[in-house]
Amino acid sequence: MVEVTDVVCSLCGCVCDDIVLEVENNEIVKVKKGACSVGKAKLLGHERIKSPAIRENGELRECSYDEAIKKAAEILYKSRRSLLYGWSSTVCEAHKVGVELTEDLGAVMDNTASVCHGPSVLAINDVGLPSCTLGEVKNRADLIIYWGANPAQAHANHMKRYSYVSKGYWTEEGKKGKKMVVVDVRKTMTAKMADVFVQIKQGKDYQVFSALRAILRGHEDVVPDEVGGVPKEQLLEVANMVKESKFVMTFFGMGVTHTGARHNNIVNAIQFTRAAHLHTKASIMPLRGHYNVAGINQVCTWETGFPFAIDMSRGYAWYNPGEQSATDLLYRGDCDAAMIIASDPGAHFPGESLKHLAKIPVIQIDPYANPTTEFADVVIPAAVSGIEAEGNVYRMDNVPIRLRKILDTDYLPDEEILQRILTEIRAMREKEGE
Amino acid sequence: MEGMNVRLISGRTAVQGQNLDSKLTEKYFGEVARCDMNGNDMEKLGVAKEDTVKVTTAYGAVIVKAKQDDGNPEGMVFIPMGPWCNAVISGDTHGAGMPSFKGVDATVEKTAEAVLPVKELMRTYMG
Repeated sequence: MVEVTDVVCSLCGCVCDDIVLEVENNEIVKVKKGACSVGKAKLLGHERIKSPAIRENGELRECSYDEAIKKAAEILYKSRRSLLYGWSSTVCEAHKVGVELTEDLGAVMDNTASVCHGPSVLAINDVGLPSCTLGEVKNRADLIIYWGANPAQAHANHMKRYSYVSKGYWTEEGKKGKKMVVVDVRKTMTAKMADVFVQIKQGKDYQVFSALRAILRGHEDVVPDEVGGVPKEQLLEVANMVKESKFVMTFFGMGVTHTGARHNNIVNAIQFTRAAHLHTKASIMPLRGHYNVAGINQVCTWETGFPFAIDMSRGYAWYNPGEQSATDLLYRGDCDAAMIIASDPGAHFPGESLKHLAKIPVIQIDPYANPTTEFADVVIPAAVSGIEAEGNVYRMDNVPIRLRKILDTDYLPDEEILQRILTEIRAMREKEGE
Repeated sequence: MEGMNVRLISGRTAVQGQNLDSKLTEKYFGEVARCDMNGNDMEKLGVAKEDTVKVTTAYGAVIVKAKQDDGNPEGMVFIPMGPWCNAVISGDTHGAGMPSFKGVDATVEKTAEAVLPVKELMRTYMG
């Protein structure tokens, strides 16, 4: 048995990097320290896709990596407009090859931000983001606001490592010296821990942000007795907490991005943070879901100029989310093949969009079978990044962290699978040119 | 009572997260193919825990199991993010790129129909 320290978790955007594992016979037998229940489940492993496979007569037939990669290359080469989607649960080295593949094919590349924090990205495009690192939050923040987010269930280590419960340089008392406000439509597990729970009516985030902005800017008189289901007294209480804090940190989740005004909600959340600057230090950050969704946004931005929903069919990058984002593309039936990597639209896309995914050839690259596998014509199993493959990822605060390889495997890493598909496609093109 | 008008939202849960990479298991099925409702709403509908309910929107209908959660306000139901919730979500993002996963007008009614396992649910899209 070997104890492995400083293991980095490849599950959620917290990317916890202090995990201690026990490894025996090339198997993780125990998670000794550091991981939450969700990260622990991943580290201890799940049933894997056993072999590459190609669908024939409705059934998946096991085959070699070579055969599956060749078939995948054929599908993409024949396609006139393919969608290359996912990317958030793999490393930046794979993203880089993905961008090259997209450019080579003239395809559309989109990532899971488009059904998660895509609206946040659009809002940041509009008005910027006064943000910071999670280290600064830990060391400075004495007022934490979670808005439309339930980290107690979705980012279970977040409060302990970085926010409400953590102890830092100027927050040495931990929870004792801090306050937490939770804004949500339902009383979640996180809301039950809050000093103040603000229960708003569903879809009224924009109005409540506006009311708080007005109060912070000295226009309390224009705020009515109740806004979005929240009594004015409670809005005044929260505004006072902001004014009296030394450093206020707002984290927001999909309760804000998935609803009503979408990116406009986030623009208003950022403006609320700026209004807080009249009184104190304030910062804001989206609670990113997948461990490297921030990374694919980074790689796409430095390679193409845009963070998601990138259309290369013109020979240069074209960006118009709402037109080229994956759910829209599928809903309109505007792609004739799809490669799904490191994500699961079968589980997380609207049924109306899945009807088209069910019709077109689909290539799946993933360590695990999932609902998307039901639509897949080619299945290529991959090594698990952060357990069987190393590489760079970006934490939710855009701090790059290197995932470690803990176990040996015969599964190929995503980067190599993509590179081999690209090489096959180029060989096909060269052959046709001859 | 026929059906009750509600607002549908979705979101993560810890058990859903623990089974992100094992979505074909019974554990995921039990966690995600469910609908959390306020106890008063369950009483009005005449449903008890583990009874099946049919959730219908303009975009489809899905059968899930009822579960009481009084943290949910009356008139709002929560289905954990996943295939069952998405069966009743629109693919139209109105040009915004983001589907409306939350705040969808829906009706909930008691039903004797069974919840579809995930593979069968996916097959309904194969028309």
